[in-house]
Amino acid sequence: MASRTLIQKLAVLADAAKYDASCASSGTQKRNSLGKDGVGSTEGMGICHAYAPDGRCISLLKILLTNFCIFDCRYCINRSSSNVERARFTVEEVVSLTLDFYKRNYIEGLFLSSGIIRSPDYTMEQLVEVARRLRIDHNYRGYIHLKTIAEADPLLIEKAGRYADRLSVNIELPTETSLTQYAPEKSGPTIRKAMADVRSNIETTTEKAPDRGKPPPRPPRFAPGGQSTQMIVGADASIDRDILSTSARLYSSYKLRRVYYSAYSPIPDASSDLPPVRPPLQREHRLYQADWMMRFYGYEHAEIAGADTGGMLDLDIDPKLAWSLRNRAYFPVDVNRASKEQLLRVPGFGPGTVKKILSSRRHARLRLDHLSRISRSISKSLPFITAADWTPGALTDSDRLRARYTPEPEQMSLFA
Amino acid sequence: MIAVDLKSETDFASWRTRARSLLAADIQPGMIAWRTNPADRDLFGEQPSPLPERDIKVRVPRQFLTLAERAACHRDDERFARLYRLLYRLHHRDCALSDKSDPDIIWLEKRDKAVRRDIHKMHAFVRFRASGVSEFGREQFGAWFEPDNYIEELAVPFFVRRFPNMDWLIVTPRRTARYVDGELTYTDGGARDQLPAEDAVEDQWRTYFASIFNPARLKTKAMTAEMPKRYWKNLPEAQLIPSLIASSTTRAREMQAAAPQPANPRAATIMRQRELTAPQAEPLNTLAAVNAAARTCTRCDLCRHASQTVLGEGPQSARLMIVGEQPGDQEDIAGRPFIGPAGKLLDQSLAHSGIERSTTYLTNAVKHFKFTPRGKRRIHSKPNAGEINQCRWWLNLEREFVQPEIILAMGATALRGVLGRAGRLTDYRGQTLEIAKGVTLLTTVHPAYLLRLPDADRREQELARFRADLAQTAMLLEERTRASG
Repeated sequence: MASRTLIQKLAVLADAAKYDASCASSGTQKRNSLGKDGVGSTEGMGICHAYAPDGRCISLLKILLTNFCIFDCRYCINRSSSNVERARFTVEEVVSLTLDFYKRNYIEGLFLSSGIIRSPDYTMEQLVEVARRLRIDHNYRGYIHLKTIAEADPLLIEKAGRYADRLSVNIELPTETSLTQYAPEKSGPTIRKAMADVRSNIETTTEKAPDRGKPPPRPPRFAPGGQSTQMIVGADASIDRDILSTSARLYSSYKLRRVYYSAYSPIPDASSDLPPVRPPLQREHRLYQADWMMRFYGYEHAEIAGADTGGMLDLDIDPKLAWSLRNRAYFPVDVNRASKEQLLRVPGFGPGTVKKILSSRRHARLRLDHLSRISRSISKSLPFITAADWTPGALTDSDRLRARYTPEPEQMSLFA
Repeated sequence: MIAVDLKSETDFASWRTRARSLLAADIQPGMIAWRTNPADRDLFGEQPSPLPERDIKVRVPRQFLTLAERAACHRDDERFARLYRLLYRLHHRDCALSDKSDPDIIWLEKRDKAVRRDIHKMHAFVRFRASGVSEFGREQFGAWFEPDNYIEELAVPFFVRRFPNMDWLIVTPRRTARYVDGELTYTDGGARDQLPAEDAVEDQWRTYFASIFNPARLKTKAMTAEMPKRYWKNLPEAQLIPSLIASSTTRAREMQAAAPQPANPRAATIMRQRELTAPQAEPLNTLAAVNAAARTCTRCDLCRHASQTVLGEGPQSARLMIVGEQPGDQEDIAGRPFIGPAGKLLDQSLAHSGIERSTTYLTNAVKHFKFTPRGKRRIHSKPNAGEINQCRWWLNLEREFVQPEIILAMGATALRGVLGRAGRLTDYRGQTLEIAKGVTLLTTVHPAYLLRLPDADRREQELARFRADLAQTAMLLEERTRASG
């Protein structure tokens, strides 16, 4: 095999990395290089330096160290039984690519993952070594996200967290059964144990100093950008209710910053177990909305995907509207009196709008003209609220309410 | 009309002092023409009006100044007039920043947001090209950028914080920011042709851009919402976008149409190797082997959601075994029993009763954490009879290897785990019961029960009873020691 150029390897190993949805570069500690050697800064807010035509942001150089892999996960382009082209970067190549891109302001940092070669420990050591060289040899202060190999030694996870801003262990599939079926070498307990180790490391390094006396020397920060995970949607038969309850458990158990949902997408040389289909992008979108409802709107996961829809989210309307249509008795909500929690349940009101309503109603009894200036989509909210000069009357309970929000059924094309 | 001159489009400092004087003289907002460029002066042919020399304490929230300073960089021609109107109204208590339905406040927040977004986009979309190395060994770079608003001075310091050890130049049509040997200077705007025409790394970047794109999920609207076309001309990767879009449908269709290929033969080799090296199940003839086997236990469904099996802890020679209910949140994360709040209370109470934790074997009736998620926390749920019975297999093995003389069951779950049947705590508490040859059972409440009691007096009473139970256990342990000694 002729040795490949850096650019050829980059093409293979970026292509192999694109099924990982996360590209976040936000929420880590603030730091910069003023008065120091080296390069880089993180300022709290993430920056998306480009967008690909798939609408996904490009914030990090997202690559695999290698796409050789000894695991045979059916949904994965890099599974051992696949015939894709394989390549492997040296540690030094990843380091210099990262620095070259970073200094040209193409990226916020590096997201490094890898197929598993030789053993989980060997692979994890290589990933950690890339991060170590960037941080220690090059005084690099940009963002680093390391994929954590669940099967690797916990001591390597501990090392990884010293250099990385974020660690992530992928849960891959929503249920234990699916994991056994489609990722035979992986196991739910191993994945959850790795997440527990990450949480435990984060909590031990951020424990507060005792109240009195001198604070103890601060231990080095561990993954200040927290941990995240990814779940593939549509590869197995799991329903949305299972997916959301798995997310709810992961959020509560491991203090995850994010669960990413990745619509299973056709890959070159797909496994015969998982014939390539169109990626369920709308379902993915609805799951993200449901996830937001759990994290920012105060919904419990069990409220979101209803029993009447077979545990699936409605693809035509957003899950919050769907909840509101199922729970009409909750409405209308009085914008001049309702609590923050009640207002957050009104379709069309997001946390920003609710904050503005709470702030503005101290100055005047809010009427519709106030609201139309505060909220960009007030007409969506009208059936669910009362204001100083508005009451929805029978609208809230109208049989035709759902139709207001659903697009007209598409006409059959004359030329089909 | 009063004409007021500012030194430049972004001369917020002068606006501030002038506005203060105008406010002091109670000049109405509609009466002022704010002029930011010399051409305006010629056009109107007017001299700036002399400003009154009075001063006044301006009463506006500090936050207004932060917002106003950014809004002043917006390309909106009305900005200085609108800012004065806002200042006037705020000062006279005619509006408040917290009234988000006021049209002037909405204007201010919109302009502020647009400027912040523009700054953010500049941070994102500036593309440096390498141009060489300075005589001091500093790498040199240059970039051309076209922002929407007058934001250069607000956006450039970010690059200083990020790249203080490089020399660079950022040129826009309005300003040139030059950063050399750690010093930042601004001059007038320039032209694109002042900057390096190419950089070999751009080929790598374009390769990356093309390869990270997934043709099976084309969403061009989402792309252009965040990376509008007007930026494309200065982004080296953007020239690929039309061809990536054009070929995406065919590429996706080809992937779907492709018939599955025969599996890569390497997979079979790897599989064989794995089977050869797979660890064999060990017979359960030591406590260590029992513990290892328990790690992969699937006897009930609790293993599906817990992080790990939390095994017993303590010396195998322990004469006292304390059995609790199940691990909690912290035990589940650390993989050790009794380290959370209930564990801490147990530790204190053990110390109080003179029982050494280090010579005691501590375990739980159920080895996996059972919980329901509630937002960011996990709420403990009680294990049911089936789960306790399944886990009794492990508890019995632990008893077999540790051979404790005394077992202290804490709570009803522990009691069931030890007895193998339901028992009322109140029936057993305070009793000593010979449950097997040479094994005495004592019973008390679980320390978590004490933590849940809302009433402080009641908690004190119950804690005292709990300690008395532990003291009874300690006494019994001592009696046995004397008897055998």
